[in-house]
Amino acid sequence: MDDLYRAIADPTRRAILDELVERDGQSLFELCGRLTMKHGIGSSRQAISQHLAVLHSAGLVIIKREGRYRFHSFNGEPLKAITERWPANGHRRQRLDEN
Amino acid sequence: MRINKSSVLVDDQAKALYFYTETLGFQKKHDIPLGKHRWLTVVSPEDPDGTELVLEPDEHPAAKPFKSALVEDGIPFTSFAVRDVAAEYERLESLGVSFTQPPVDYGTVITAVFDDTCGNLVQIAQEVSQS
Repeated sequence: MDDLYRAIADPTRRAILDELVERDGQSLFELCGRLTMKHGIGSSRQAISQHLAVLHSAGLVIIKREGRYRFHSFNGEPLKAITERWPANGHRRQRLDEN
Repeated sequence: MRINKSSVLVDDQAKALYFYTETLGFQKKHDIPLGKHRWLTVVSPEDPDGTELVLEPDEHPAAKPFKSALVEDGIPFTSFAVRDVAAEYERLESLGVSFTQPPVDYGTVITAVFDDTCGNLVQIAQEVSQS
């Protein structure tokens, strides 16, 4: 879980997720272009690559190899753990046997 | 000083000539036998006296690892200007060209990136006039 909170604590990494939500399956080149042109984030490809590694280890980014290319996609699954712990409506649903 | 030639490093000159002329639509300008290889250049039909693109063999041992590292990260080796990226994307896709990046609109420029079948990615870019 610590990996997940650390991953989304950084504004550049949140911008990476924003862009991947917009389109799945981006190359490092496309992602860096989007971050520069749309978010004014001028980090090096090396730096973005390291951010992607953090997001990947938290399970938020899936890296897929297709032939000679490498593409990145968003995976929202790990985020469920957050609303399971702190439900969006403010309360954990009571279990039936507690009624 | 002016830039009259630019190169792409290709894994096969015959295949490259086919792709850059038949698929992309450039014209052959020079084709001079040079031992095992050829001095092979193409130009745009929109600018036949303009900059020539040299289709150069990627024989140097450093060339292939360099090229594949760029391809893996989706980085284009060079870029061409087009009037309408979306239209070119459709035209080239219908010819079987594979794109690593479909058209993306950055406001001042729209770009897309495709595979040249010779070990390179190539960007096409359309400048968007600000009105």
